[in-house]
Amino acid sequence: MATFLGINLFGLFGQLLVGLINGSFYALLSLGLAIIFGLLKIINFAQGAMYMLGAFAAYLALQYMGINYWASLVLVPLAVGLVGVLMERFLIRPIANEDHLYSLLLTFGFALMLQGVFTHMYGSSGLSYSIPEALRGGTKLPFMYLPDYRAWIICASVVVCGLTWWMIEKTKLGAYLRAGTENPQLMQAFGINVPLIVTLTFGFGVGLAGLAGVLAAPIYSVSPDMGSNLLIVVFAIVVIGGMGSIGGAILTGLGMGVIEGLTKYFYPEASNTVIFLVMVIVLLLKPAGLFGKEA
Amino acid sequence: MKMMKKTLLAASVAAVASSAALANVSDDKVKIGVLADMGGTYADICGQGCVTATQMAVEDFGGTVLGKPIEVISADDQLKPDVGSAIVRKWIENEQVDAVGGMVSSAVTGAATKVTTDAKKIALISTSASNAFTTKACSPYNVHWTYNVVALANGTVKPMVEAGKKKWFFITADYAFGHALEGVATKVINENGGEVVGAARAPLGTTDFSSYILQAQSSGADVVALANAGNDTVNSLKAASEFGLTQMMDVAGLLVFTPNAQAMDPNVAGGMRTTTGFYWDLDDQTREWSKRFMERHGSIPAMGHAGAYSMTMHYLKAVEAAGTDDSDAVIKKMKEMKPDDFFSRNATLRADGRMVHDMYYVEIKKPDERRDDNDIFKVVSTIPGDQAYAPMLPECNFK
Repeated sequence: MATFLGINLFGLFGQLLVGLINGSFYALLSLGLAIIFGLLKIINFAQGAMYMLGAFAAYLALQYMGINYWASLVLVPLAVGLVGVLMERFLIRPIANEDHLYSLLLTFGFALMLQGVFTHMYGSSGLSYSIPEALRGGTKLPFMYLPDYRAWIICASVVVCGLTWWMIEKTKLGAYLRAGTENPQLMQAFGINVPLIVTLTFGFGVGLAGLAGVLAAPIYSVSPDMGSNLLIVVFAIVVIGGMGSIGGAILTGLGMGVIEGLTKYFYPEASNTVIFLVMVIVLLLKPAGLFGKEA
Repeated sequence: MKMMKKTLLAASVAAVASSAALANVSDDKVKIGVLADMGGTYADICGQGCVTATQMAVEDFGGTVLGKPIEVISADDQLKPDVGSAIVRKWIENEQVDAVGGMVSSAVTGAATKVTTDAKKIALISTSASNAFTTKACSPYNVHWTYNVVALANGTVKPMVEAGKKKWFFITADYAFGHALEGVATKVINENGGEVVGAARAPLGTTDFSSYILQAQSSGADVVALANAGNDTVNSLKAASEFGLTQMMDVAGLLVFTPNAQAMDPNVAGGMRTTTGFYWDLDDQTREWSKRFMERHGSIPAMGHAGAYSMTMHYLKAVEAAGTDDSDAVIKKMKEMKPDDFFSRNATLRADGRMVHDMYYVEIKKPDERRDDNDIFKVVSTIPGDQAYAPMLPECNFK
């Protein structure tokens, strides 16, 4: 086996690739959070619960309605996004003018309730969702066996993240969106329905979490606490990337996945703390985050 | 006359005193506190189910002992040792709890049993895996009922090493339980001529096990042992199958509870072997009790649920036989009496508090072998208790 300075290179490449796969999930989830925070200034602690909801929705759709994975990929994010729309309209908007802390507490409470309801109904052990037939195989790379499904996750995530970034930063719609949240009164005066934009943006950000949930369902146990395990890490990623930076969230998500993968290779015990270590260092050196615009 | 009065008084005092001694139940109640994980990753293994099983035992016993009511209270330990020990302390100091049951996470049980031992209250441990409670942290008041890591290692690891699977790699939950299980299993492997070629310690609640699976793949092992529990086992097995590990090596799930086995894809998990202290579908006795449990709880019992029922029953029988709920008298009776019910087969409760009973080496059924969702294990062999558990340590012999 190829080695360099006593390190098994094949093993290392494997870990890098696996890190990139995890990074794809982080990127999708932190992108949703970054959109919601960056544009709407809402700290959505329910993002993890929405990811869980996405995975459960995929499971229930298959179990009770015979909706397969591919259809779920489209339908579930829409459904979860709709939950987000309702949540914004009826829960968050009434407190929109209060301090950020209010929306944080509200969404956190909402997440706990949702998690509690699912634990009560489906138990804590999780449910199993099979990998779709077409993606069951794998490719033998020189340094590892890459399951097709994992390759698919990287592609799907890169495409979705890229499209989202392009839409927000480069299109007219995105420009309205950014302007509408920057200066709502002015945009209102131009005849743009700002509250509608806010609601739809929130729904979109939440829908991304739902999509990540569907992508995760076949490879992780579909369980009520799957989101809460991930949420804190994703928040750390958003902080590292710079609160509100869309591109920053995507790049940091992928990068942190890789760093975590390397840690798992060299010192597995630290793998769930390394991201927080990076967060502390970044906050000390660059309080606005790596790609943040304001301090 | 005065003399007579005095004698009468003395006699009546004595009579009152002796009748009190006959049914010496503190604060006129026998109270059992069930400490469990109500909403975390082990909630299906010993959460509300452990409370239900304990209540069933109390009801089947008749609801009273020595003419006094039996009460069951419960609390969520949140899988945190400090929370668990604080609850137990409060129960004992303010709420007159006589015995603490349930108990899942070994880390929480370690903290909680320190409190029970200091207060001389009986700890009835149903679902914790660590063997510390009857070895290095043994106590005259600990009773460890359902299984422990030694029984798991002897049950699952030994037959595989003897069958020629010599090289082992561990994926271990990085806390008290996982370390204990890995340590004990390593000992069994070495004693039987095998070797451990590597181990990866994964934090509790890890979602993605793929990097550990890659390490296992490049280790050149014959068997990858999953020294973890709950969702960790489900997720690590999923990754093992996805990355093609299951085609290259054997995977041994050292601790697989029935709810977790149900959460696994039968195509992936089918054929995997593990060791359990109880299975609902063993015979008419187990089926009868499990049916009643299922009606109340909604799912088949995991081994800790059945253990919680069985140990509560044994405790109550001992209270009755001792004529008191005084811990020293009750624990003595518990160890004298032979546990014998649908759960405890060929069983003895040793002086160190270890309940030694038949264990089962089982195989997870493949999809075509299953009648329905509850049909998950088939028994490969019954392991006699003395072969499953380690002998008692002399320093833990609390006669």
